Amino acid sequence: MASAVIDIVQAGPLVTVQDGGRPRLMRYGVPASGPMDRGSFAIANAALGNADGAAGIEVSVGGLALECMEGSVTIALAGGGFRVTLGGHEHPSWIVAELKAGMRLTIRPGLWGSWTYLAFAGRLDAKPWLGSASTHGPSGFGGGRLMAGQRITIADAERRPARIGELDCPVSARPRHTVKVVLGPQDRFFAPETIETLLSQPFTLTDAYDRMGVRLAGPSLRPDAVLDMPSEPIARGSIQVSGDGVPAVLLADHQTTGGYPKIATIISGHLDGFAQLRSRAQVAFSAMSPQAAVEATRTRRLSQARFLARLRGD
Amino acid sequence: MNSHKQGFPRFQPVAEHALLVELGDTIDASINAQVRRLDAALSAAPFPGFTEAVPAYASLLVGFDPLVSDHDLVETAMTALLREPATLRPKGEPREVLVCYEGEFAPDLDAVAAATGLTREAVIAAHLAGDYSVFMYGFAPGYAYLAGVPEAIRLPRKPAPVRGIAAGSVLIAGPQCLVTTLIMPTGWHIIGRSPTQILREETGRPFLFEIGDDVRFRRIDRASFDAAAKLSARRSA
Repeated sequence: MASAVIDIVQAGPLVTVQDGGRPRLMRYGVPASGPMDRGSFAIANAALGNADGAAGIEVSVGGLALECMEGSVTIALAGGGFRVTLGGHEHPSWIVAELKAGMRLTIRPGLWGSWTYLAFAGRLDAKPWLGSASTHGPSGFGGGRLMAGQRITIADAERRPARIGELDCPVSARPRHTVKVVLGPQDRFFAPETIETLLSQPFTLTDAYDRMGVRLAGPSLRPDAVLDMPSEPIARGSIQVSGDGVPAVLLADHQTTGGYPKIATIISGHLDGFAQLRSRAQVAFSAMSPQAAVEATRTRRLSQARFLARLRGD
Repeated sequence: MNSHKQGFPRFQPVAEHALLVELGDTIDASINAQVRRLDAALSAAPFPGFTEAVPAYASLLVGFDPLVSDHDLVETAMTALLREPATLRPKGEPREVLVCYEGEFAPDLDAVAAATGLTREAVIAAHLAGDYSVFMYGFAPGYAYLAGVPEAIRLPRKPAPVRGIAAGSVLIAGPQCLVTTLIMPTGWHIIGRSPTQILREETGRPFLFEIGDDVRFRRIDRASFDAAAKLSARRSA
């Protein structure tokens, strides 16, 4: 089958190859990585009828411009509200379209959102590391960061004309300004008033925001007890508080252990919406019980699976 | 869920997909051995819905699929496993890590000597004499935390981290020793550089150590370092 050859004309920082990630290696210090907004990434692949977790490109607010040099391939875009032009025409930002030789695709930040996903009806040729093409930001291992001048190849590129058209952006893909957390695992290091502050006051995402996490600005959450804990494992979504009381939310490329206490952990169903907030956006946290969080996830995963199956045309 | 100030094991929920099992709150060989026994017991008899376990100094993060399990079921499963701890696999030969303590590879060696009242050579000798084993991986890919730094050269970490520390740096802080695998900031003391690759891009055996392995450092000079570094660069090319 034919290949499509694509030249990267411009790529902002944090534009990387991602697939379903590399889970189950945290015991070696390796986070799962994968897309910052897993739901939108899954929609981009499902809209093309691709396998779950097929490698695509995660585009940050730094934007991406590319030109198809040879061949043609059906592409899908999902995630955020970006400004998209294809072959000189403005397009909706959630779409399945045809990319043909000579056409330029540009993706620029639009009204909302931090991340969007470009998926291909074909196999993005990317270097795997430990079984996944996902880029691990701090090392650059995996498919890697995209750079201007780079050439990428889509093997077995297909045209899937029946899939072309605009995609619906589900409400669950919107940025989420109120985020549910489960307290802990180290909430015991904080006074009850400090927990109350976390749950009642708004926080602001700072510019210290990358794939490892985002630092928050807001009231101090200074730990109550003297910090003397051996490093403990960290999960994606942990809200870690440094000794001087500044919280940070740890995201896709997070460190796997840390010696600072984690006051609370964002439930996984709200992480996509949190990651779509931009620097300087406000966020508020509210607590739910572990059991309520489990039940919320069961409901959400079921409806998400139905949505994706319908999109794939199963 | 349990959240007593005292008393281990302590079970702490993490979002809706994990339970943190804490077996102590200090860096201690017997507590770490308990963590490894629990990890081994879990891997031999995983409960339905188990996803992954992450051992640390004194705790084990146990992940689960919330479609199949929940925190209470996992706590029950882990409590049962704690009653029947697994025996640890017998230790193999210590893993050897080469280290060069010369020149720009050891920017903090003089400061460590000054703070401990030892000569540079005595600091090096103490470091080489340590009885090291891998307590955990953490922080970043391939960062293996080795416990066993001798008392004589245990120092608190620096007040502020220094940025841009080269991969392969040999660091010490308190009872811990670490050989870095990436360029990263660190507040630990840099006393040497190793050409031994702990994290490799190759697929067969990407990590040099398993948790629990014993580790021995062997001193090399600059010429041997350069030769070894060239060899491993060629291997990964």
